[in-house]
Amino acid sequence: MRSNRLRYVTQSVAKILIWIAALSTIAVMILILFQILREGLPILRLSFFTQSPKSMGREGGILTPIIGTVALTVVAIIVATPLGVGTAVFLREYTRESRISRVIRFGTDCLAGVPSIIFGLFGFVFFVIYLNMGWSILSGGLTLAAMILPTIICTTEEAIKAIPYSFREVSYSLGGTKWQTVTRAILPNALPGIFTGIILSVGRSIGETAAIILTAGSSLVMPTSLFSPIRTMAVHFYILAREGISMEMAYGTGAALILLVLFVNTIANGLLNRYIRHRS
Amino acid sequence: MVTQISEGLKAEVKDLNFYYTHHQALKNIHLQIAEKKITALIGPSGCGKTTYLRCFNRMHDLYPGNRYEGEIILFPDQLNIISPKIDPIEVRMRISMVFQKPNPFPKTVFENVAYGLRVRGESRRSLVEDKVEKALKQAALWEEVKDRVQDLAFNLSGGQQQRLCIARALATDPEILLFDEPTSALDPTATSKIEELIMQLKKEVTIIIVTHNMQQAARVSDYTAFMYLGEIIEFDKTDKVFTHPSKKLTEDYITGRFG
Repeated sequence: MRSNRLRYVTQSVAKILIWIAALSTIAVMILILFQILREGLPILRLSFFTQSPKSMGREGGILTPIIGTVALTVVAIIVATPLGVGTAVFLREYTRESRISRVIRFGTDCLAGVPSIIFGLFGFVFFVIYLNMGWSILSGGLTLAAMILPTIICTTEEAIKAIPYSFREVSYSLGGTKWQTVTRAILPNALPGIFTGIILSVGRSIGETAAIILTAGSSLVMPTSLFSPIRTMAVHFYILAREGISMEMAYGTGAALILLVLFVNTIANGLLNRYIRHRS
Repeated sequence: MVTQISEGLKAEVKDLNFYYTHHQALKNIHLQIAEKKITALIGPSGCGKTTYLRCFNRMHDLYPGNRYEGEIILFPDQLNIISPKIDPIEVRMRISMVFQKPNPFPKTVFENVAYGLRVRGESRRSLVEDKVEKALKQAALWEEVKDRVQDLAFNLSGGQQQRLCIARALATDPEILLFDEPTSALDPTATSKIEELIMQLKKEVTIIIVTHNMQQAARVSDYTAFMYLGEIIEFDKTDKVFTHPSKKLTEDYITGRFG
């Protein structure tokens, strides 16, 4: 009897703890959003998005940092997605558990744990100086690509792992080659998972600062090519706040950043849902 | 010991041994497969009947460590389909398979049936459409799905999905169709439809069917092979095997004394 009562007590305590955990998470999220949006939303006018920063960002808008953010993220995703998906397909479909696959997996796991500033340092030494790309969209984008590669590999691998083995067997039994099986029976079904990896990576790219300052610079001049230096919104925010240029503008940039992330996630979720609905 | 059949042959298995790495799963199998007839493989769980079936389309090649010995000769061109020199894809182009559970792709009804044609690079639309329609008719599914070939295959019932899988396997005009316990996941009504269909299909294609259900083997097949512990114990015309089995073991199995 006593042990039975104990079970009920344990159950209630556990329930309370779990509620506390969930509510604290939500509370922290709301606090952050509230703080940034309360300070930042009043700054957001249309002109804030359409004008370039003036006098170091004290006035004007954030058009160039927006372009910088989008450009770097696009370069990173375009480079990292085929590499990451290709690696995941290789690991799951083209090689059996072996020394090579273990080395690759160990490598990506390590890569995932490396702090972004180290990627920045690597990008600075390799892309900026050694390959002579200078501080540029390309150097920054490639550095970001290296940074998000583990995420894309990992989510793609998980997505491929979840596909029933029967799809492969059927595809082969109908005379499919390995490549046809991968492209027709496996990747279409892994697409939602791959998409999740890309979304996570976009979030990481948009929010990154340290690695970008070292590889893309912090120029406020409108870029003209992939070799132009650029400043992203997150870097802009950091510099405005860190150097005490304008807290007001920093909050405005922060609010815009949050809206951008929300926007990207909403669009991506919408696309994903449409894709899933289209297939079911 | 193994009965020789007098009809036209589609395949002849000679001294087949099969190993999962070190475990020998099939031992010295000799068997003749009659053309455009139904050959049933029966036997208790683990006797090797599915392993044997999967030799015919080289499914074992998908996993490491598997090894074949001996010959499976496919007629008329006398191709040894388990020879390491033969590309398994070439074999699977001629011999297709229907699996135990209905396993359509998450694609439309049409694209499921068209899959085998697509991987063969067939892109002529009217030809693909004709073949898909023909296969769905052969699989006795056309009347039920002709207005919704663009629907997702998952929306069909279990029995319809299995007939869809049969249509998918038929669309490429295989010479042999392998069935691996095709009705074990279906209800009795769906099962009898599939059985009728299988009997219809033997007019056009040679069929080998693995089944757990002895009545099913007795109902649909022309020849029956009884397997036990990786060996063929008895092979003969189905009515002979079920009415006058020559081996005690066969008799014990079909009368339900074990299995």
